[in-house]
Amino acid sequence: MALEPARFKQNARDALKDQILRKNFRGAMDFLRKKRSAMFPDPEYFATLSSYGESVKQQALSQLPDLLLQLEKNCQNNGIQVWWAENADEANQHVLRIIHENSGHKVVKGKSMVSEETGLNDFLQQHDIECIETDMGEYIVQQSGEHPSHIIMPAIHKNVQQIASLFEQIIPGATYTEDVDTLIRMARDEMRQHFYTADIGITGVNFAVASTGTLCLVENEGNGRMSTTIPKIHIAMMGIEKVVAELADIPYLLELLTKSATGQAISTYFNMISSPRKEGEIDGPEQVHLILVDNGRSQAYADEELRQTLQCIRCGACMNHCPVYTRIGGHAYGTVYPGPIGKIISPHLLGLESTQDLPTASSLCGACEEVCPVKIPIPKLLQRLRVESNKASGQAQIMRGQGSSRTRTEALIWQIWSYCCIHPRLYHLLSKMAAMFGFIMPLLKSPWKINRAMPKPAKEDFMSQYKRKKS
Amino acid sequence: MNIPIKIYPAKPAKVYLYVTCLVNHFSPTTGMDAINLLEREGIEVEVITEQTCCGQPAYNSGYVEQSKQVALSQLELFSLPIPIVILSGSCGGMMRKHYPDLLADHPKVHEFSQRVYELSEFLLHVCQIKLQDNGTATTVTLHTSCSGRREMGIHTTGLKLLSQLNQVTVVEHEYSHECCGFGGTFSVKQADISASMVEDKSKYLSQSNCDSFVSTDWGCMLNINGALQYQSSPLRGEHLATFLNRRLKKAEEVL
Repeated sequence: MALEPARFKQNARDALKDQILRKNFRGAMDFLRKKRSAMFPDPEYFATLSSYGESVKQQALSQLPDLLLQLEKNCQNNGIQVWWAENADEANQHVLRIIHENSGHKVVKGKSMVSEETGLNDFLQQHDIECIETDMGEYIVQQSGEHPSHIIMPAIHKNVQQIASLFEQIIPGATYTEDVDTLIRMARDEMRQHFYTADIGITGVNFAVASTGTLCLVENEGNGRMSTTIPKIHIAMMGIEKVVAELADIPYLLELLTKSATGQAISTYFNMISSPRKEGEIDGPEQVHLILVDNGRSQAYADEELRQTLQCIRCGACMNHCPVYTRIGGHAYGTVYPGPIGKIISPHLLGLESTQDLPTASSLCGACEEVCPVKIPIPKLLQRLRVESNKASGQAQIMRGQGSSRTRTEALIWQIWSYCCIHPRLYHLLSKMAAMFGFIMPLLKSPWKINRAMPKPAKEDFMSQYKRKKS
Repeated sequence: MNIPIKIYPAKPAKVYLYVTCLVNHFSPTTGMDAINLLEREGIEVEVITEQTCCGQPAYNSGYVEQSKQVALSQLELFSLPIPIVILSGSCGGMMRKHYPDLLADHPKVHEFSQRVYELSEFLLHVCQIKLQDNGTATTVTLHTSCSGRREMGIHTTGLKLLSQLNQVTVVEHEYSHECCGFGGTFSVKQADISASMVEDKSKYLSQSNCDSFVSTDWGCMLNINGALQYQSSPLRGEHLATFLNRRLKKAEEVL
């Protein structure tokens, strides 16, 4: 399944017609929204905690280059090897090189969205490295030949019947059952064999602490702990925005993350990785590698407003609350990160040429901003991206693909509109004419009319009535 | 969401009314009803007839320069230091929240933005209105625009006004917090998604089985009413101002 954001509109149309998909998403999103809101019964508490979250992230971003160097130094002091990747390919090449240097043959993966970003699974497969996802949701989508449809719950688009059929096909000896516990058991037994035989574990990073060189990994299934402790090599991949200054910053972000994401006071596992196995220790990997991935983030970082995009802690609350995501699901976006956060981050990762439809796919209702645990002003950033994608040529370069959606017709329409609005006499003359010729409205061709009648202007507009009444 | 706490002033002798372009074109009655409600409170209402549009359509579409010129022209029309009562949470959000960003260098922009009030908010918090219901028993559901809810924090004021009416039972429709799918140019640029949203919204409003539904925003209502009309449903939304004004009229006034 290829990721094609340029096909967004068609994908959305197809998804809207898929009643099973819509039911799966509506049900799942309702469930997640309720779980979250039960965790934040007091809006004042959420407001205060999210202010802390916001300031921790803004503080870290304001010193990003320094903190990254500090993180590198402290990781190295702890025995973690650090690699820098400017783009997806460099990141993948680092992984491949580390695997080859250690004669690795099999990878188990904890959940990592940045590795989805770099297309790591396909890349490794092309280089004959076996690579098994071990997060349950990731395992399901990998086995289905799909990509995640949600950043926290990758297989949320599937219902239990679909998963039961899949497991019946792919797990040797499995029989069809809709009992969730049995299904989970089957997959866990299958995965256990892979943990025994893998020599490389790859995971993401939720937070990295610069002052101590600590990598934090939040998870519920224990597969993260297994991937980081059983194989002899652990490779952690992280986007450069995941760094924070101090360990003391973590409690705010952790609480915000688990409560916002899955409605849990805390996750089942919280791993803090600070070195490979030391002498005398009985477990842990022999080597730990950290790959710092930029892949377009520097572009967002360079602009003070767009930089707020990088505050994201990947909780997924914005998608759970988004009326667009709820209806079209995650795959329609054609990007690794779907939903509101996807609409604001993908243009930096991929350029506005292919992603120009994403910023327009929002009514700017603000449901996302309302629940964002680090207060990213998503609607404002969507509006800003619309400015960038409609920019005339010849202006300073801010974004890859800026000006991609600009058309002469639309630019001209807004110029004429603006001219009329600042010339009241002309405006009201046109307004009267619109009232006179209002009967034409239902005859016009417009996408508005898919399932809506055209509104008809009043026979006499307000200003005329008001003036008549006054005189 | 950062909605600053609003300190409401005492009831003024006079206000400006900003009717919005949609009321001007599509529902002049709403404007007249709003004037009536304010005048009942002993407030003189002035409509500056040169007003056109708040500039939001171009702003949301990414044409900031064009929007800025329009915003500036509107700002300069309201010179007296009196409240500007606006008939839409969405245009209100534009003027209160986005004008200070858009016209950051303008010396009067903050003073102007502070003076903007949405009608239901103004009646409740500034006028401290006490509504006398003279209508017969009825049920109603309220749709609040997203900008009203999340940019101005006024999703409760309409409900509080309705709850003052003795004969009116307010029913909350399912997913009342969810967007109707209008979003200005969103409704044509992403027409399929917008259509699916308004389909759901009109379904939930209908399923509330209320005699009527009201809103404080004509943007949402053009969208929702258009869908209801397309579905040949008898239900139509009307502006809260119109609904309230009708409830207040005594039998003899109706005749």
